[in-house]
Amino acid sequence: MSNMTPRRRRMVLVGLIVLGVGAATAFALTAFKDNLLYYYPPSDVTAGKAPSDRVFRLGGMVEEGSVKRETGSMEVRFIVTDFHQDVTVSYRGVLPDLFREGQGVITRGRLGADGVFMAQEVLAKHDENYMPPEVAETLRKQHRQKAPAATPST
Amino acid sequence: MSAELGHFALILAFCLALPQAFFGLVGAATRRPHWMALTTRAVAGQFVFTAFAFACLAYCFYRNDFSVLYVAQNSNSELPTFYRFAAVWGAHEGSLLLWLLVQSIWTVAVVAFSRNMPNTMTSRVLGVLGLITSGFALFILTTSNPFERLWPAAPDGRDLNPLLQDPALAIHPPMLYTGYVGMSVPFAFAVAAMLEGKLDSLWARWVRPWTTVAWMFLTVGIALGSWWAYYELGWGGWWFWDPVENASFMPWLIGTALIHSLAVTEKRGLFKSWTLLLAITAFSLSLLGTFLVRSGVLESVHAFTSDPARGRFILIFLCVCIGGALGLYAWRAPLFRSNAGFKVVSRESFLLMNNVLLVAATGLILLGTLYPMILDYLGLGRISVGPPYFSIVFLVPMLPMAFLMALGMHAAWKHAKFERTKVLLGVLLLAAIVLGIGIPTAMYGWHSILSSVGIIVALWVGASALIEPIERWRKSHSLPASVIGMSVAHFGLALFILGATTVESYKEEKDLSLGPGQSTEVSGFTFTLNSFRNVAGPNYQAVESEVAISRNGRPIATLYPQKRTYRVQRNPMTESGIDVTWGRDLFVAMGEPLGNGSWSLRLQYKPMVRFIWLGALVIAIGGFIAVCDRRYRQRVAAEASSPAEAGTSTA
Repeated sequence: MSNMTPRRRRMVLVGLIVLGVGAATAFALTAFKDNLLYYYPPSDVTAGKAPSDRVFRLGGMVEEGSVKRETGSMEVRFIVTDFHQDVTVSYRGVLPDLFREGQGVITRGRLGADGVFMAQEVLAKHDENYMPPEVAETLRKQHRQKAPAATPST
Repeated sequence: MSAELGHFALILAFCLALPQAFFGLVGAATRRPHWMALTTRAVAGQFVFTAFAFACLAYCFYRNDFSVLYVAQNSNSELPTFYRFAAVWGAHEGSLLLWLLVQSIWTVAVVAFSRNMPNTMTSRVLGVLGLITSGFALFILTTSNPFERLWPAAPDGRDLNPLLQDPALAIHPPMLYTGYVGMSVPFAFAVAAMLEGKLDSLWARWVRPWTTVAWMFLTVGIALGSWWAYYELGWGGWWFWDPVENASFMPWLIGTALIHSLAVTEKRGLFKSWTLLLAITAFSLSLLGTFLVRSGVLESVHAFTSDPARGRFILIFLCVCIGGALGLYAWRAPLFRSNAGFKVVSRESFLLMNNVLLVAATGLILLGTLYPMILDYLGLGRISVGPPYFSIVFLVPMLPMAFLMALGMHAAWKHAKFERTKVLLGVLLLAAIVLGIGIPTAMYGWHSILSSVGIIVALWVGASALIEPIERWRKSHSLPASVIGMSVAHFGLALFILGATTVESYKEEKDLSLGPGQSTEVSGFTFTLNSFRNVAGPNYQAVESEVAISRNGRPIATLYPQKRTYRVQRNPMTESGIDVTWGRDLFVAMGEPLGNGSWSLRLQYKPMVRFIWLGALVIAIGGFIAVCDRRYRQRVAAEASSPAEAGTSTA
């Protein structure tokens, strides 16, 4: 190949960039499509708006007194609520340190045919003052709709 | 009293950053030596007062002065002294003060090591740094004052977040900030070069060590964060692609691209405007990272409305910095045309590919990080982008880059023919393929093509990195520090790839319930839970379990993982028990009591996980060695000493 002149080099460069950006966009879109996780509050899940064939995120507050497990079993069940509707969540595994009744939680998993959400992952955040933004948002909306009697007891 | 003194010193530091910016920039523009000389004085004053303000805050923590709001929120009289000091940067306000301190240390370093640069250049660099410093100082003073008083004083503090009470995390923020802030130096150099309208090889030689040192700190900071996450909160994961991590990783990727692009600018006088653009981008991404982490935007875009001042300030600052620099770039870039040519197969091309792939990976990560926030901000719904997205968009550009790297290290400038290394590289690739498939399959069993490709490329790059130093050493040719540094850093990357591939392919995890006396098996290791006992720490209580590990009846280790409850914050915390060898980690973490005396436990087998952080450390060491290269010091020596001495020092 001959020595590349500045002009030719620029052309090659521009060509490469266009090609690269095109490839990257196409590639990103495919990767995106498969890995986007949608978030649904319990109200949407009970209303049937959440998909039954796809992994999604469910968030809300862990209802007081709802955490139950068979003695010695790894499976734990709890109710996630937005103080309007409830969804029962089942999880096998070690719960995060900050998981507690009456606190915000986000779970990732699939909705079972019996309406129980089978969680693959449970997230509670680092800080006890922290509420997942989705949960805060959901609660604010519920708050406006309903009487303030539903405030969480802390 | 010390809080007021600190506050006052901070105001003075801000007041001195302004003349630093003014005299630096205007003095250079109008060529007034006296004004330029004043810049250095302003830097000294600014540094002294910032350091004093920082010391005041540290003193408040040391004395448990709970009449200072920030201390009351982040410390406690029971907190051990070391963590009381680390608590200074344990939350928003103090960490910004640390940021400012690091910024002035970098500025002082620029003054100290810039004797070989023309006055106008130094003065412009200091001027730009002064602008950045004054922006951050103003940010602290107006929105995040750490010296605010609390009246009446709290009887005791709310304690430092237990997650942060850990040695690695105590030094993680200073390292990371040194890296983040360090990126402001190449940025300032880029702006100065654009103002000056001149950018030559000499300029690139001045900027290279600064970039490399900043990048080195960033490397160590990120690795420390990953290590901490692994044993403290990650339940054994080492990278989660969460937005905070991405925020630190993106400047690192661009910094890496910048280092390589600077090499071309220095050696061949090419890629000039591209180098400028990367320098601007690296610092912009550092700022963006700060914005994401510190404004609360990550927790919710709506945090804008809850505390609008902070987010808005950084956003405006970000726009001014990026906008100003890019505007200047648009105006000045045509000055930096370069006319040298190179063949398609040449070191220039390899470095260009390196840059394109690194930038592509960064762009895709940026997209995945910002997309949910933008969508949320526009009210189009709440989504999150899962870690698999990031893994794919990172691996696809990076795997070819690693392969190209093995070749690129041996490509000559202008036109590479690989005459001497062709055969050797081919043989090494063949060996890497045989060993990369053979050894892991023999040791752990077959996993997947992707995992074999990872190990092959790691072996090939590792071997290829050693060719040049060994060859030069055998032929007793000169072996400059920059060559050793490059080889060491690339070898470190090979170690990292090897560790990351192996652990991701062959790790095993098991969550299960165990009672005293019960045992289970993970990857051929028998874990037996012996007993539980209660333990009291300085500011926490804990349940500790004793887990004995054996293999084929031969005892290997006894681990003591804990579940702690900190007295003030009442958060439970998991302290994992890890048995470490180079070949593997055995990891035990306690979950929660399940009734009738048993607990849920997480047991993990992590082969070669240590190579991830070892690799990062070796990469950083490579950077350090490269910075020690003589050519960065030569001119300093020539100017500082008499001509006769200079002659001997360059000989």
